[in-house]
Amino acid sequence: MDAAVFELSSEEWTAVRLSLQIALTATAFSLPIGLLAGYALARWRFPGKVLLDGIIHLPLVLPPVVTGYILLVLLGRHGVLGAFLADHLGIVFSFRWTGAALACGVMGFPLMVRPIRLSIEAIDRRLEDAAGTLGASGPWIFVLVTLPLAVPGLLVGSILCFAKALGEFGATITFVSNIPGETQTISAAIYTYTQVPGGDANAWRLTAVAIIIALGALVASEIVQRKASRRLAQFE
Amino acid sequence: MIRFNATIALGAFQLDAAFESDAGVVALFGRSGAGKSVTIALIAGLLRPDRGVIAVDGRVLVDTEKNIFVPKHMRRIGVVYQDARLFPHLTVRQNLMFGRWFAGKAEQEVDFGAVVETLGIGHLLSRRPGRLSGGERQRVAIGRALLSSPRLLLMDEPLAALDDARKREVLSLIERLRDAFKVPIVYVSHAVDEVARLASRVVVLDGGRVVAIGPADEVFGPSKVHAGEDRFGRSSVLTGRIAGMHRRYGLTEIEHPSGAIWLAGPAGAVGREVHIVIRATDVTLAITRPQDISVRTILAGTVGGIETDNGPLAAVTVNLKGHGHLVAMTTRMAVDELALTRGTPVFALIKTVALDERSMAPSGEGAGGAHDNGERG
Repeated sequence: MDAAVFELSSEEWTAVRLSLQIALTATAFSLPIGLLAGYALARWRFPGKVLLDGIIHLPLVLPPVVTGYILLVLLGRHGVLGAFLADHLGIVFSFRWTGAALACGVMGFPLMVRPIRLSIEAIDRRLEDAAGTLGASGPWIFVLVTLPLAVPGLLVGSILCFAKALGEFGATITFVSNIPGETQTISAAIYTYTQVPGGDANAWRLTAVAIIIALGALVASEIVQRKASRRLAQFE
Repeated sequence: MIRFNATIALGAFQLDAAFESDAGVVALFGRSGAGKSVTIALIAGLLRPDRGVIAVDGRVLVDTEKNIFVPKHMRRIGVVYQDARLFPHLTVRQNLMFGRWFAGKAEQEVDFGAVVETLGIGHLLSRRPGRLSGGERQRVAIGRALLSSPRLLLMDEPLAALDDARKREVLSLIERLRDAFKVPIVYVSHAVDEVARLASRVVVLDGGRVVAIGPADEVFGPSKVHAGEDRFGRSSVLTGRIAGMHRRYGLTEIEHPSGAIWLAGPAGAVGREVHIVIRATDVTLAITRPQDISVRTILAGTVGGIETDNGPLAAVTVNLKGHGHLVAMTTRMAVDELALTRGTPVFALIKTVALDERSMAPSGEGAGGAHDNGERG
C-alpha cells in the first residue's frame, strides 16, 4: 500500500487544525459562562429561572440549522446585533472562524451547563458553612471550597462541549458557510469530499482523524475525572 | 463570656431561650429537637434570630434592636460538628491551616505544633479526610476549629458519631484542650456523662426553652431532668473531691459529706473536684446501715420523693447528707415493704464495680453494667 494514502494533504491538515482551534475556543469561552449559568441554576432563585433554563437548552432540541439561521439573522453582517458589533466594536462573526466557534459554543453550551449544575447541586452546603465559620468570606468560599468540589462537573462539561463543537455541522455551515481555510472544519470537509467524485480517500483519512481525536478526548477525560474523583473521595 | 437571648421561628419550631455563662465550658443539654443545634447556629451566625441579643466575650454579635449582625466569617467562633465536615479536597494539613490562614498573623494565638501534638494527628497531616477513621476525623475537626484562634468553640455533639472507645479518647482530648488552651467552649450533648465530665455549667433546653440552668449536680438532681428516656438511662451526678488512692487495691476514694465513694481505678490528682455519674439502676436502698456486705460505697440521706406509676418500678430520690441527690430505681414492692415515704432516713448502696473512671467518662455499656450486678430494685 502506498504510504501517501495515510498522509494528510495540506487542505486536510488545515481542516483538522481549524476544527481543533474552533472547538477549543468554543469550550474556553463557554466555560466561565457555563459556570455562571450552572451556579445560577443550582443555587439562585430568581424570576424567569425556568425560562433561562429553557433558553439554555434550546439548541439541544432545535434543529441545528434553525440555531444557525437565528445566529445569522442576529449576528450576520446585516443582523441586528451583528451590524452593531461590526460598526462600533469591529467584531465580525459572519464567515469567519470566530463565527464557527460561536456557533459551536452555542450548540455545546447546554451539554456543558448540565454537568456543572449537577455537580454544584451535589456539593454539601454545610461544608461552605464550615468554611464561613473558619473565617472565609463569600468569594473565598467559592474559590476554596465550591469551585474545587465542582471540578468533576467542569471537566465533564468541558469534554462534552468540546466533543459537540468538534462534530458540529448544521449550525456552523448555516451561519458561517463552508469556506476552506476559514470555516471548513473536519465535518464540513468530509461532507465536501463526499460530494465530489474521487473524494472517498480524503473523506476516509479525515474520518480516521476524527475518530482518533474523539477517542483521545474520551480517554483523557476519563483519566482526569478518575483522578479528580479519587481526590474527592467522599467519606464512606 | 457568653450572653444569649434570642427568639427564632423555624417552621413549627420556636426557640425562645436566654442564658448567660462565665464558665469555661457551658453545656447545652436536651433531647433532640430541644433547640440545641439552632442555638449553636445562632451563635455561629448560620441563622439570624427574629429578635434578640447575642454577645461573646463582651462583643455584640447580634442585636436586632440596633440592627447589628456580624457575618459568620467575622465572628471568630470555631465550630466542631457531629460529622466533622472536613474539606474532602484538601489534605489534613490544609484543613488545619484553613482557618488559621484567615485568622491572620496577629490572631494566631494557638500554636500549630502544640495542637497537632495534643490531638495526636501528626502522622495524618498529608492524608485526605476520605482516608481517616471517624475518631481521627473528629480530632482533625477539633484541631481545625481550634487553630482558627476562636473566641469561642462550639461543639455540636462532637462524639455522637463515634463508638465508645473513640468517645472516651476524644472526650479526654477535649478535656485536655479545655485545660491547655483556655478557649471557652459551648458543648452540645444529650449524654449526661459527657456533660457532667466537661461542663461546669449546664443549660437544659426543652421544646425551644431553657428549663433549667446551673451546675451539673444541681441540674441533674431529682426529677427536674430526666436524663434518659428509660430506666436504664436515668442517672444522677454527684460532685466530690478526690481524697486519695488506695494503691494496694487500685481504688480511688472520693470525699462526699454523705460518705466515701469508692471508684475502681485511678481518677486524678488528690484534691481535685470530680463529677461522678451514677445510674439509677446501680443504686440499692437500705433502711439501716448494712453490715457484713461487700458494697463499699454507702451514702446517708433521706427520701426526697418517690415517683411511681402503675408499673412495677419506682424511682426514689434520695437527698444526700450535705449536698447532692441520687435517684435509685427500685420496685414498687420494695417501696411498700420498706415503708418508704418522704423524709425516711435511708442508706444508698452503690457497688464499686459500677463505678470506675468511665463513670466520669462516656459509657455506652451502661445497661450491661446494670445487669451484671443484679441489684435492680
